[in-house]
Amino acid sequence: MSQDVVHGSIAAIGAGLAVIGAGIGIGQIGGKAVEGIARQPEAASKIQTNMIIAAALVEGVALFAVVVALL
Amino acid sequence: MELVKPEIGLIFWTSLSFLILLFILGKFAWKPILGALTERELFIEDSLNKAEAAKEEMESLVKKNDDLLKQARAERDLILQEAKKIKDQMIADAKLTAAKEGARMIEQAKLEINNQKAIAMADIKNQVSTLSLDIAEKVLRKQFEDHKKQEELVGELLKEVTLN
Amino acid sequence: MNNKLILNSKLLSKIIIYAVFLLSYALPHQVFAKDKEEAGDEKKFNVKEIIFEHISDSHSWHIFGKLSIPLPIILYTDRGIEVFSSDKIINSEEGKEAIYKGSHYSYKINGNKIVALDASGKEDLRASGKLLDFSITKNVASMWLAILILLLIFFKVASSYSKNKGKAPKGLQSLIEPLIVFVRDDVAIPNIGIKYARYMPLLLTVFFFILINNLLGLVPIFPGGYNLTGNIAVTLTLSVIALIVVNFSVNKYYWKHIFAPDIPLWLYIIMVPVEMIGIISRPFALMIRLFANITAGHIIVLSLVSLIFIFNTLWISPISVLFVVFMDVIELLVAFLQAYIFTMLMSLFIGMAVEEHHH
Repeated sequence: MSQDVVHGSIAAIGAGLAVIGAGIGIGQIGGKAVEGIARQPEAASKIQTNMIIAAALVEGVALFAVVVALL
Repeated sequence: MELVKPEIGLIFWTSLSFLILLFILGKFAWKPILGALTERELFIEDSLNKAEAAKEEMESLVKKNDDLLKQARAERDLILQEAKKIKDQMIADAKLTAAKEGARMIEQAKLEINNQKAIAMADIKNQVSTLSLDIAEKVLRKQFEDHKKQEELVGELLKEVTLN
Repeated sequence: MNNKLILNSKLLSKIIIYAVFLLSYALPHQVFAKDKEEAGDEKKFNVKEIIFEHISDSHSWHIFGKLSIPLPIILYTDRGIEVFSSDKIINSEEGKEAIYKGSHYSYKINGNKIVALDASGKEDLRASGKLLDFSITKNVASMWLAILILLLIFFKVASSYSKNKGKAPKGLQSLIEPLIVFVRDDVAIPNIGIKYARYMPLLLTVFFFILINNLLGLVPIFPGGYNLTGNIAVTLTLSVIALIVVNFSVNKYYWKHIFAPDIPLWLYIIMVPVEMIGIISRPFALMIRLFANITAGHIIVLSLVSLIFIFNTLWISPISVLFVVFMDVIELLVAFLQAYIFTMLMSLFIGMAVEEHHH
């Protein structure tokens, strides 16, 4: 029982770490994308598309980590 | 862990259903829809191109018209200029001819006048001589009614006439 | 215009209220009715079990309360095919284990898994190991429902295209057309290039298949609420299709890029295996991404609903419902986003495969 509890906590920490990483990553992506758009508003749609793709890639990895951590 | 273990049954049914869906939709939905979309886009593009072409044609027509007008104007100017030139020429010619004719006529008139004058002078001379003869005759006749006078005159005359 | 907007927002708020009502009322009842009975004496609420039960497949299609539709079970055993209804095997009453005696073996359900029993009533491990479950499960049935909806929608749209040919879109057509044009102009053409037309049917089908299943998965009441696109088997199938399509449309430049790239020779030892792993890992990432996103969304929504039962008080429900609505709105975005991302990455990989060499 106690072992199970520990196991659960470590998984939760792992999930949390993954989420922190993803949060930083997506934050960077979003921030840089906004900077890019501010610098070149005419390329906004292109930047947005790439931003979404990049964010999805990061998020995919993070979710993968979360799933692995929780299982 | 069961969550990430794919079940063979679901894989089988998913692939089967998906492929059937792909086939049916591809045949009965995507083909007509995409075809209609492309057709419509082509139609719109075509219409736009046509409108553009029409506009261009219109522009070229207007330009052509302008050109024609300009040309016509230039031609008209040319014609007018020529006409003016011809007119000037004609006037000049006419003046020249008129002057020549005038001069000729004046010359002729002068000649005629001179002739007439000469004739008239001759006539006058004749008449004068006739008249003077007549007068002289009359005078003489009158003077020589008196015989004495005749002799006097003859004597006078004879005096004048010095025989040399 | 303004009037219309107000009307729309009124309608929207109505819908949200209904959704909240259904979420806060129907879903928990549906979800936890069984659990309450089971845990009657214990009074212990197992969140993990409930959530996992809801995001995994099932052999019966739950409507509400105790009502559920039995689904056909199709088993491929080493002795032949066995077909029977799932209500013969699912425990209808407490404490009674239902065993169906088929023509080859006897069967009982163990969790979600069907196992074969030998004559003595014990689990026949050999036969169970060889047992292949081709049952029409909840996910299969709801997938067919989604496919039916898709077919209805697109037949109608296709017919309206032939009906008002060359005219502006109308009704359902004008809802679907921007999506189709979006997939074509923003997903296929920029990523694949001039050869996009060949892949359009596949990309459109994948996009709408994922989209409708994502959306139906968000509906909390009966025909919806399933977790198809969050099921690894489904995403695996879709990514295998992507893998096959990508590797069947490659040209020689693609292979050259993998096996003979313009790099120093010693880098080959690293690069070639990396590129070869890339062939598999890209569709693998597709599979995991869709699965994890949708599953995570379901887990979060269900966890938020479960808060009420964990704290065992009604006072937490406003917060819980508020968060659930918030999550549902985000999930609505994710439903579109994941369909877009999947299609987008698929066309990106196809584009890499068919790309002509230029550098």
